[in-house]
Amino acid sequence: MPGYTVTVTVRLKEGVLDPEAETTQRALERLGFEIADLRSADQFELDLTAGDADSARQRAEEMTERLLANPTIHDYELAVDER
Amino acid sequence: MTVAVVQFGGSNCDRDTVQALEHLGAESRLVWHEDGLPEDTTGIVLPGGFSYGDYLRAGAMAARSPVMEAVRAAVESGTPLLGICNGAQIGCEGGLTPGAFTTNRSARFQCEHVHVRVENANTRFTRHYEEGDVLELPIAHGEGRFEIGAERLETLGARDRVLFRYCDADGNVTDDANPNGSMDNMAGILGERDHVAVLMPHPERATLPGLGTTDGGNILRGFADP
Repeated sequence: MPGYTVTVTVRLKEGVLDPEAETTQRALERLGFEIADLRSADQFELDLTAGDADSARQRAEEMTERLLANPTIHDYELAVDER
Repeated sequence: MTVAVVQFGGSNCDRDTVQALEHLGAESRLVWHEDGLPEDTTGIVLPGGFSYGDYLRAGAMAARSPVMEAVRAAVESGTPLLGICNGAQIGCEGGLTPGAFTTNRSARFQCEHVHVRVENANTRFTRHYEEGDVLELPIAHGEGRFEIGAERLETLGARDRVLFRYCDADGNVTDDANPNGSMDNMAGILGERDHVAVLMPHPERATLPGLGTTDGGNILRGFADP
């Protein structure tokens, strides 16, 4: 079966406060950089084998729903690449 | 009641909880998560600490560990459950209670005494208080900011699922008295079932004499009483 890398990006839903991002932004500003906004996200790369790209995506989506993201506060997106 | 205090790697309020419960006359024991729940378990505490090093999100790993299947089954059959601090994070991550606890508004770990107001005294966990009572309790968390979708937030309020709100010493629920930025100052809530509750403050650190406040004892007493 072909190998895939599914890249899962998990970020806070719009409107959910992100104190770590705010602190990081302030630190950049203290270093003299001008910045309008800063958002942070977690990224996971899953190497797996699957029959095709769709089933690779489906499995990664299930993993994301079950563990990697918390649907109360997170949105996520997936990108599938053949390995 | 025989209370099982479930220990995960990284739990660190487990012994305090047993000691506080025993002080109140409630039989309790430490249960290592890999050993499963003892058959005679009639109450469950998910204690505070840093299970699995808070990897991914606080409580995320413990909430998906095998013992939680047994915990869920026990809760389904009516066994009361109290999640404290990391245990509250585990409860929300595991879907026993709605919402999520995430990074404090300050982005810092906060270890301090706070005040909470009893919002609903008509629950197992608050029955030894009066509505409006103000309790002084310790908090110690970095991820205690309660977040929930707007729709479910309304449901919580409308159904009296809020046990405690952060307040000042006089019982005023203000933004200044909100230590971590929790939505609507929520410090403790009920789950879908009336015998399931989670809270971020530590009642087990406010039960034994000599610790500055014993205001939390009645939470544990209410939980453990028949």
